[in-house]
Amino acid sequence: MSLVHAVRSETTKITSTRLWWVLALIMVGYVGICAGGLGAIFGGLGTNTNGPVLPDAQIPLLIYGFATSVGYVFPVLFGALAVTSEFRFQSLTPTFLATPRRGVVLAAKLITLFLAGAGFGVLALLASMGAGAAVLAGFGIDPLLSDPATWAFVGRSLLAMALWAAIGVGLGTLVPSQVAAIVIVLAFTQFVEPLLRLGSGITDWSAQIGQFLPGSASDALVGSSIYTAMSGGGGVALEWWQGGLVLAAIAAVATLIGFATSWRRDVS
Amino acid sequence: MPTGVPIEFSGLTKQFGQVAAVSDLSFTVEPGQVTGFLGPNGAGKTTTLRMLLGLVQPSSGSASFGGTAYAQLDSPLSTVGASLEAASFHPGRSARNHLAVYAQAAGLPKTAPDAALEKVGLAGYANRRVGGYSLGMRQRLGLAFALLGDPGVLVLDEPINGLDPEGIKWIRLLLRAMAAEGRTVLISSHLLSEVQQTVDEVVIISHGTLVHRGELSTLDTSDTKQVQVNADDRDRLAEIIRGAGYTVSNLRSGVLVDNAEAGEIGRLAFDAGIPLTGLSQKRTGLEESFLTLVGEEGAL
Repeated sequence: MSLVHAVRSETTKITSTRLWWVLALIMVGYVGICAGGLGAIFGGLGTNTNGPVLPDAQIPLLIYGFATSVGYVFPVLFGALAVTSEFRFQSLTPTFLATPRRGVVLAAKLITLFLAGAGFGVLALLASMGAGAAVLAGFGIDPLLSDPATWAFVGRSLLAMALWAAIGVGLGTLVPSQVAAIVIVLAFTQFVEPLLRLGSGITDWSAQIGQFLPGSASDALVGSSIYTAMSGGGGVALEWWQGGLVLAAIAAVATLIGFATSWRRDVS
Repeated sequence: MPTGVPIEFSGLTKQFGQVAAVSDLSFTVEPGQVTGFLGPNGAGKTTTLRMLLGLVQPSSGSASFGGTAYAQLDSPLSTVGASLEAASFHPGRSARNHLAVYAQAAGLPKTAPDAALEKVGLAGYANRRVGGYSLGMRQRLGLAFALLGDPGVLVLDEPINGLDPEGIKWIRLLLRAMAAEGRTVLISSHLLSEVQQTVDEVVIISHGTLVHRGELSTLDTSDTKQVQVNADDRDRLAEIIRGAGYTVSNLRSGVLVDNAEAGEIGRLAFDAGIPLTGLSQKRTGLEESFLTLVGEEGAL
């Protein structure tokens, strides 16, 4: 009962400030430009006599995959900020006064942000599929919108975005400092992880480890992304459900450690 | 009408490393009256209240509301309303949404936020983002949060700090009315004079230990009563009073007589045929006792 109340409360928290739509707006613009731009490049290559790099049937999902492959940083940020702003503005005091059982509050945050992440996923897919499909159709490539495989991809993408927001919650409890959390998210997702993924592909044994990097796991879950396409599709990758489990495990471990440390600390 | 339960502190202690912020505090706050929780800044008031509300884990001892610890209360916001010193607001959220967040968490009716804003006089600013609020408005919003669940117990940390004179008068009347309804009201302050007209009982701590508790009047332990008196012929007045065996000192606006009652000094002047221009009994005992209890450095 109190968990339902707490979820309602957390939902009001994330919808009653401007953060969600500012992040969503940037995400939609970013994802839309990437998907539309790459759609135009592939469409142009396809009509070029030098020959297409990829078969037409693989292009749509690759382009729609921008929703997660570049959009995933936004639910992570949103999840992390939902936690760190409580520390920053000392609003944990009224939160814990209204719901003294702190585990309930954190569980409610995970549930709420998981759903909000899926909501970000809907917007990101609208951007990537809207821009991508329009451009592809313009070049005469079938956007595959009626293909069941496309809709299975959509479902897996929503799950990935939801899990990324949950990872953000975990990160926020691990690193309650708002500035530090933002720096870690941006540095890791935009710089450290891409380098690690590139580097891990050099040898077989490092590739085995590299597939457990969160970004790789996310791509495995979604099934199609610009990274996997760039590595020629020959690199090792987890099954889609394994990728999902890796993301869920990262979120769970981070949140549990955060709960045991910062979340249970004295609030003053 | 929700009725108050007693607040019980029993051997409450908080150690921060080697430093004891609060040591072995034991006292009970009764319903039906306003209790002032006094002490200089850094005496451990806020830490004590945070332990009472389950936000800080005590090193030992306990605090409860009628025998139930805060974390174990069935409906905390409807039992205890608390406002703590820190401005715990997300600046980008409106006052109504700020309260709605916690009303929902506590399962309170949808009308609770607006009713609370109405009570503290912020109804006209409900949709304004809290970041633009003045200090006085934030204090009122903190109080609105405390009143959200119409609780029988109020715990307010420095509620008068930052209010304008009109606001001070308003909160004074509000707290007195709440106590008269049978609720338990505990307010902290570092200034006795700030709450002197509001509280019935005082609990005074200094360096984390209890130094005094009892009715406000019991605080006046000083034996020295002083009378301030004035006349056009001030020198002759002083001479007469000194002649009667009193110790007299000169003030800018009259003469100060130690250990005297206003009536006796008045009679002395009357017998000597000196018309007085001013006569008053000085009541400095409360503040002085307070400062003595908490130590002079605490006054700063």
